[in-house]
Parts: sequence; structure tokens; C-alpha cells
Amino acid sequence: MATFLVTLLTAVGVAVHAPAVLSGEVITAQAEWLPGLGMNANFFLDPLGLMFAGLILGIGLLIIAYARKYLSRDDNMGEFFTYLLLFQGAMVGIVLCDNILMLLIFWELTSLSSFLLIGFWKHLPAGRQGARMALTVTGMGGLALIGGMLILGNIVGSYDLTVILENREAIQADPMYLPALILILLGCFTKSAQFPFHFWLPHAMAAPTPVSAYLHSATMVKAGLFILARMWPVLSGTDAWFWLVSGAGIITMALAAIIALFKDDLKALLAFSTVSHLGLITFLLGTGTGYAAMAAVFHILNHASFKAALFMTAGIVDHEAHTRDIPRLGGLRKLMPITFAIGTLAALSMAGIPFFNGFLSKEMFLEEAAHTKLFGSYYAVPVIATVGALFSAAYSFRFIVHTFLGPVRDDYPAKPHDPPTGMWLPPAILIVPVLLIGILPFLAEPFVKTVTYAVIGGAVEMPDAHLKLWHGLTPALYMSIIAVVGGLILLALYSLLARGWNAAPRPEAKPMFDAVIAAAVALAGRITQGLHNGSFTRYAAIMIVTIIALGVHAWMTGAFAGYTRAALDMTANAVAGWGMLVAATITLVIVHRNRLAALILMGIVGLMVSVGFNFFSAPDLALTQISVEVVTIILLLLALNFLPNRTPRETSGLRKTRDAVIALAGGGAVTALIYSMLRTDFAAESISQYHLDNSYKGGGGDNVVNVILVDFRGFDTFGEIIVLGIAALVIYALTEALLSSSVRARLLNRGYEERRAGDAHPVMMVVLTRVLLPIALMVGFYIFLRGHNEPGGGFIAGLVVAIAVVMQYMASGFAWAAKRQRYPYHGIIGAGVLIAGLTGIGAWFFGKPFLTSAFGYFRIPPMNEFELATAMGFDLGVFLAVVGAVMLSLESFSRLGRRSGEDTPEHAMDIDPSRDDDDDKTDGKGH
Amino acid sequence: MELLVASAVGVMTAAGIYLVLRLRTFPVIIGVSLLTYAVNVFLFASGRLAMDMPPILRDGVETYTDPLPQALVLTAIVISFGMTAVVVIIALGSWLACDDDFVEAVEQHDPRTSSADPAPRGQDAA
Repeated sequence: MATFLVTLLTAVGVAVHAPAVLSGEVITAQAEWLPGLGMNANFFLDPLGLMFAGLILGIGLLIIAYARKYLSRDDNMGEFFTYLLLFQGAMVGIVLCDNILMLLIFWELTSLSSFLLIGFWKHLPAGRQGARMALTVTGMGGLALIGGMLILGNIVGSYDLTVILENREAIQADPMYLPALILILLGCFTKSAQFPFHFWLPHAMAAPTPVSAYLHSATMVKAGLFILARMWPVLSGTDAWFWLVSGAGIITMALAAIIALFKDDLKALLAFSTVSHLGLITFLLGTGTGYAAMAAVFHILNHASFKAALFMTAGIVDHEAHTRDIPRLGGLRKLMPITFAIGTLAALSMAGIPFFNGFLSKEMFLEEAAHTKLFGSYYAVPVIATVGALFSAAYSFRFIVHTFLGPVRDDYPAKPHDPPTGMWLPPAILIVPVLLIGILPFLAEPFVKTVTYAVIGGAVEMPDAHLKLWHGLTPALYMSIIAVVGGLILLALYSLLARGWNAAPRPEAKPMFDAVIAAAVALAGRITQGLHNGSFTRYAAIMIVTIIALGVHAWMTGAFAGYTRAALDMTANAVAGWGMLVAATITLVIVHRNRLAALILMGIVGLMVSVGFNFFSAPDLALTQISVEVVTIILLLLALNFLPNRTPRETSGLRKTRDAVIALAGGGAVTALIYSMLRTDFAAESISQYHLDNSYKGGGGDNVVNVILVDFRGFDTFGEIIVLGIAALVIYALTEALLSSSVRARLLNRGYEERRAGDAHPVMMVVLTRVLLPIALMVGFYIFLRGHNEPGGGFIAGLVVAIAVVMQYMASGFAWAAKRQRYPYHGIIGAGVLIAGLTGIGAWFFGKPFLTSAFGYFRIPPMNEFELATAMGFDLGVFLAVVGAVMLSLESFSRLGRRSGEDTPEHAMDIDPSRDDDDDKTDGKGH
Repeated sequence: MELLVASAVGVMTAAGIYLVLRLRTFPVIIGVSLLTYAVNVFLFASGRLAMDMPPILRDGVETYTDPLPQALVLTAIVISFGMTAVVVIIALGSWLACDDDFVEAVEQHDPRTSSADPAPRGQDAA
């Protein structure tokens, strides 16, 4: 019901504007979205858009009412109507939007939502395959359309449809016109199922019938036609347009009509008939005359009305008789009189019988075909058109005769009877315009003419024709008569023809499509298998080589202005530090198989980096680096407790050489990059000066780095402590998972690779760390307090305190330390994040944005003046989060090594009595 | 001085890349750590080098080094610890649960047989 109301509301919304639009106004609504990309949410409503919007919403209303009755209890109605509304919204978006980028988005949305709708019955393989095929074909077309539209926008210099439509000459003179045209046509032809992309539509018939009736009569397949009509003023009139569009149209029209006649499935018959009628309209749009455009508009209207009614009729038959296979039907006239009446009226309109609206537009089509020259002959088009019309009449008659007429059978899968009102009323309503326009065509004339005028857009003269039943004895009338009589004859000879048709070899689209897809999948598989075979080192190598190649390319093609900064003089200290760092790094690579040695060397590298930070005026970084270094090494040592101590030799010399070459190339490239960066000035003015100028005034601190962290970029820092906390929780969770799995038992049964140390908790160390703890904590506190004005702050203080606590774990043992720990580390992380967040929120109470800081200077008599800033509260949060995160990570790692029941002695002890002194337990080899 | 910094970063990068391309988790982790150093120094150096000009405001001092890269790198150092810890626990989990410390997902190794680990694993030695 809600769906119905929403659609009704939209329909009313559109209808309210109808009088204004029809009197020549264009309603627009604009909103800037991404003006930088030229992407604005501009909408406009002109007569063409109005007609399509009316069709989409009007038929949408009927379909919703019909679907409500059609779907069974087992179907998820909410899901269905969600998809339907999504689709409907996207369609309305296509026809109303004024920005081609928006239009493309809506276009893709219709492809996606139609995929969901066609595959709605997920349990049917046919539904899934049909949906996939539809998505593949229309999706590919959508990509082509994007390309074409972007070219068009490029030529004109604007993505606004109204602007593009005014630039006919510029577009047609441009050398990119042809590629753009071909791409756009690809999009339209795939969407509107034109030859040679017609094959997906019949397979999409696996959808529930309301979907077929909606998507494949009135809306989705008409989207392609809409684009053709919309772009008509700028694209039509050229030879390429004429050949491609009308050629594809007329071939589709005839071919699909012939196939339709021999389809036994009611919906397949209607599907091919839809393809055929779409071809007819495409042909009309392709000829490029005003008269044809008018006929096209008229036929879009007519086709939507009778085809939707026919689909719904087929759905009713399927719903009531439980089959829509024509050979199993027949004789339904007596059993389902209402359905019979609706189906017959609509089918007669489709056949092009006078007094139905299908006759009028088909007559106009034949008239146009009668004087169109294509394929170098004056007769080709009229003949093909007549053949198409003939088969069209034949399958329409077959729809009536083989389904409804004939004797009543007794072998229907279910006892057919007329459906409830809710199901037959929607198609019955559609029959009203079919008859009304068919008998009194002048009623539709003003509307059709207004829309035609919108399509033509002044590109050609407005046709002077009128919609009427009797045009005199024109060639079109003779062609019409041939078609109807021929159709009847064909139907009479049907069984004969069908035998011949079934015996004749003909290409089947589905196996071909499947083969193409399989080939594409195989090709993609070969490529990805070649590159991505599951070897992560290979991915890494590919990535690194690609990055280096891109850098080299940039270096070769870009211009380098030369060095603009004088080099600093080298000092002996610096050279010595450099030497240690390089030596440690190179040794690390050489001895990396000995993991313990590698770890020590890594520590040296980290230490030298830290010294380097200090040397180049970054005391905060130096402090952070050195404390992080300590915890990282402890962490890796803990890990090494479980991992093997040596890395085995596995790679060949060739492989090593390859890796070395990549590594050296990467290193060389980085060296060159950094050197040239360091010797040149900033490309743009840096914002750092702002921070220097405002650190004291705005943030109340002398240490600019700390003020940036807690004030200028406090929100970043807030995010970062959250990330850090999450990382620690991930580690905790993974440890928990490991410990609750079979790993636990294995860990408990684990022996020792090395002889265990006799004094795991040496007296010296225990005493020293316990004495050091208060001092270390005080240092941490000091570093924290002075952070705002001197090097220090929450991060560094947190790391220092964490190290002080870790020392207790290391010296006195896990159990001893854990027993004395009162607050869980998760809680500390949470408290830290909370405090930081609350400090930020505090600013709201003073009407300031999040994390605005305030500060002031205070004096408590015996002491000197000191400063208090809200930033300190934030820094406290950072501090707690860092302590909690570091400790939780390290604690989790050590928990892996702990055995249940193992306890460390309360007092320092020289010898561990539980030690296994049996020497054959460890063979002492390997190191 | 610029050359020293540039070449030091280059050496660390080269070593890091070489180790990242090894087959076992531990050298890869060490390699990633080296790359982290390199990247941090690189980011830090993007403020250009300056000696004896710490970004601590003092009366009478006019020139300071660029504070912005320092602030960014400071958090990067701390975050990189978190990242390393997560990667290490994943590697450890894989080793403890599956006896597998290969970084490759290909089925070409049988870790039991190809593991050249010289020390016997605990449960085998008991």
C-alpha cells in the first residue's frame, strides 16, 4: 500500500505540472551537487519527459496493484516493492534529469534494479541466468553510453542536457561525433534490445510477470528509446545515424516478429513482439523526419498501453492455469471471459486492426516505410516492413486463437477461472485508452504533437500531419491489408510452418552468450592466475616494481627545475651515525636468518633513527621513536618465544638476485627522490607557519608539535587513539580465540627449544625494577605535564609508563604483575578514548566546535604561576589510551606463553626448582 | 647532509624490500618495520632538514623547523606499533594453529616436511 501511495503521490506531483508543461513551459529544479565535476542535480520537465514520467508512474500504479494480487504468500512483498520503487525512481530520474552525469547514474541504477527484479525468484535458475544476462548486456551498453555521453559533454563543454541540445552543429561537425554516436547507440540498443542485442529480453522473461509487464513494456526497454528521442535533435539527420538506427530498427522489427510467431511460451511470444515493436520505433526515430518522430512518439504511447495489458493477461493465464505454454492452452474463452475480452482487445491493437490505437501508429509507420530508401533500394524497406507487420499480425492472432479459442480442454494443470478484480482491473484500465484513442484519435493529437515538438527541438520542421483513421487509399493501407490477411493465412498454416521452423537450423543466443562469457572468464582467470597465484611475495614484487616503474616514468616525463636549496654541511657526528645505521641495516639483511640477531640489529637501526630525529630538531619524535622501539622489540621477542629462531634457506640464488635487484632499484629510486626533494623548496606555501604563529596565541602552548597534536589536529589524534585501541582489542580477541582453540593444549604440551634459564627472575633485576618503578612513573608524569611547552606529551608519557610496567612483568613474572594489576587494560583504553572525547565535547557547552581548547594561567600562592589548558584533558585521554593499548597487546602475547597453574614466587629466588635438569631433554644443537 | 639522509632512507628501503620478499613471516615483519622507519623518516624529511631549530617557541628565536610533519610522524610511529602488533599476532596464530609461517597461500609447500627448522618442535620431542 505504501508503495502505491508513494507512486500515486509522485504521479500527482508530475500531473500538477502537466498543464504548464503542455502549454510550452519547461519546469526546472536545480541543486548544485559536485559543481567541480560539472555534476549538478538539475531536473527539468518538458513534454517528452512528461510523457515518459506519466507512462512510468501511471503504468507503475497499475502494476503495483496487479503485483499485490499476483505474488503469492511465499514471496517477500517488501523486498519486491523495494526493488520496484528503486527501479521506478531511477526511471523517473532518467526522464527528468537535466545533467547527463546524473542521467548516467540513473541509467546504471535501472540496470542494477532490473537485475534484482528479473532475478527476484532466486530459486529459479532461469531467473538467475536471465538476470545475469540482462545485467551483462545492459551493463556493457551502459559503459558504452557513459563513454559516448562524456565525449558529447566534452565537445560541448557542458554536461547540462539543455546546453548540449542547443549545439547540434558543433556536435555533428566534431570528428568525435561518430565515436560518440556509436557508443551512445550501443547503450540504447542494448537497453532497448535491438538487433544484435535482442537476445537478452526473452531470457529476462523468467521474472515475475508484473516485472515483465512493467520493465519490458513501458519502462526499461523504453529507456533506450528515450535517449534516442532525447538526443534526436543533436544526433539525428546524419547518414551514420540514419543507417545505424533505422537499419538496426527495421531488421529487429522483422526478425523479432518472425521469431515471435514460433514461440510457444506466452511471455516469450510477447517478449519478441516487444523487441519487434521497439525495432519499429527505433526505425522511425532513425529516419530523421518530423513525421516519423511523431509516429514514434505516438507508437511509444500506444505500445505501452496494449503491451502492458497483454503481459498482465499472460500473467493472469499463467497464474490461473499454472502454465503459459500455448500448446497446453486453448479454450479459455468460456472459462475466463473477462480475461479473454481484455487479451483479445489488446492483441487486436497489437495486430494493427482498425479502431484500435495500434492500427493508427502502425499505419503511420508503414507510411513512413513506404518512402524510405535503405540498402540502396526503394523496395527493401517497404517489403521488410510489410513482412514484419504480417508476422506481427500473425502472432497477435495466434495469441488470441491458440490461447482463448478452440474447445475447452480437460488437462489444464489447474482449473482456470477469472482472477479477482484486483488482477483484471489494471489491464482493463489500460484497454480504455487503447479503444478511446483507436476510435477517436484526435483526442490524443494535441498531446502527441506537443511531445513531438519537444523531441524535434527545432531540428527539422514540425510535421503537418493529423492523427486520423482514414487517410485514403494510401500505400500504407494496402500494406496493412496485406499484413492482416497474410497474418490470418499464416495462422491457418501454423502447424505446417512450425514444423518447418523447428526443423530449420538457427542460431541460439543463449549458448553463444554462455560461450562468450565462459571465454571471457577463462581469459580473466588465466591473467589473474598468472599474476595472482596466491603467492604474496609475488604480489609484493609486482606492486613494488609497478611503483618504481611509475616513479621512473614520472621522472622521465616531468621537468626538474634544479636544486634551489643549499645543502647543509656534513658533520663528523652525522657521518658516524649514518655509518652505524647503514652498517646495522646491511648486517641485518645478511644475518636475517638468525632471528634474534636480526631483532637486535633492528633495534640498533631504530635507535639510530631516533638519534637522527633528535639531530634534526625533532625531540618529540626522538622520544617517541625510542620508546616505541623498546616496546616493539619486547613484542617481537615475545613472538620469537613461539616462532622458530631461525629462518630456513629456501630461495634459489636466482630468486635472491631478482629480489636484490628489485630492492636496490627501490632503494636507489627512494634515495634520488628524497635527495631531490630535500634540495628543492616547497611547491606551494606551507601551512606550518600558521601553526607556529598561532600555537601560543590559540593553543596556549610553546611546543608546537604537541599543540598540533592536541589542538589544531586534535580530531586526527582522537581518531588515531581509537585506531590504536582497536588494534589492541583485535590482538586481545585473536589471543582469546587462539587460547580457546586446540592451540591451547599444544601450547601446554610444548617443550622448550633451549635450556631454560635457572633464574627466570633474577634478584638483581627484580629489585632494580621495583625500585625503578616509582621513578619511572614520575618521569612519565613529568613528561606528560610538561608536554604542552617542552618536548613530551601524552603519547610519550604513555609509552614511558607502559615500559615501566612491562619491566615489572619481565622481571617479576606475569603472575606476580597480573596479581597487582587492578584495572583491566581494556577499561584503560576505553577511559582514555572517553576522556579525550568528553574533553572535546566540553567545548560544546561554550558554544564552540568539537575539541576547541581553552587555557588560562593560575597561581596557587606558594608556587609559581602555571598553566591549565583543556588540551591537557585531551592529552590525558591520549596517555591512557596509549598505556592501555600497549599493555593490552603485550599482555595478550605473554598470555600465550603462560601455563595454567604456573605461578612465580612472591620473593626473588635464585633457582627455579621446577626446572627440568634432565640434560637429554635439550640437545643444545642449532645455535 | 641531505645526501646522508637520502641514502640512509634508501638503504633502509632496499633492505626492507628485500626482506618483504622473503617467504617466512618473521623476515617479512622485520622488512615491514624497516620500511616503516624509511617512510617515517621520509615524511619527516618532507619538512626539510634543520639543525638546532626545534619547534619549541622561545623568546627571541625567529626560525623554527617545520612542526607539521613532526606531528604527523609522531602519531604514525605510534600507530605503526599497533599495526606491527596485529600482524605479529596473526603470524603467530598461523604458526601456532597450523604450523605454517609461510606468507604464500599456494599449495606448493608442506610445512611439516619443508620446514628446515633445526630445533625439534616441542610435541615431537616429548
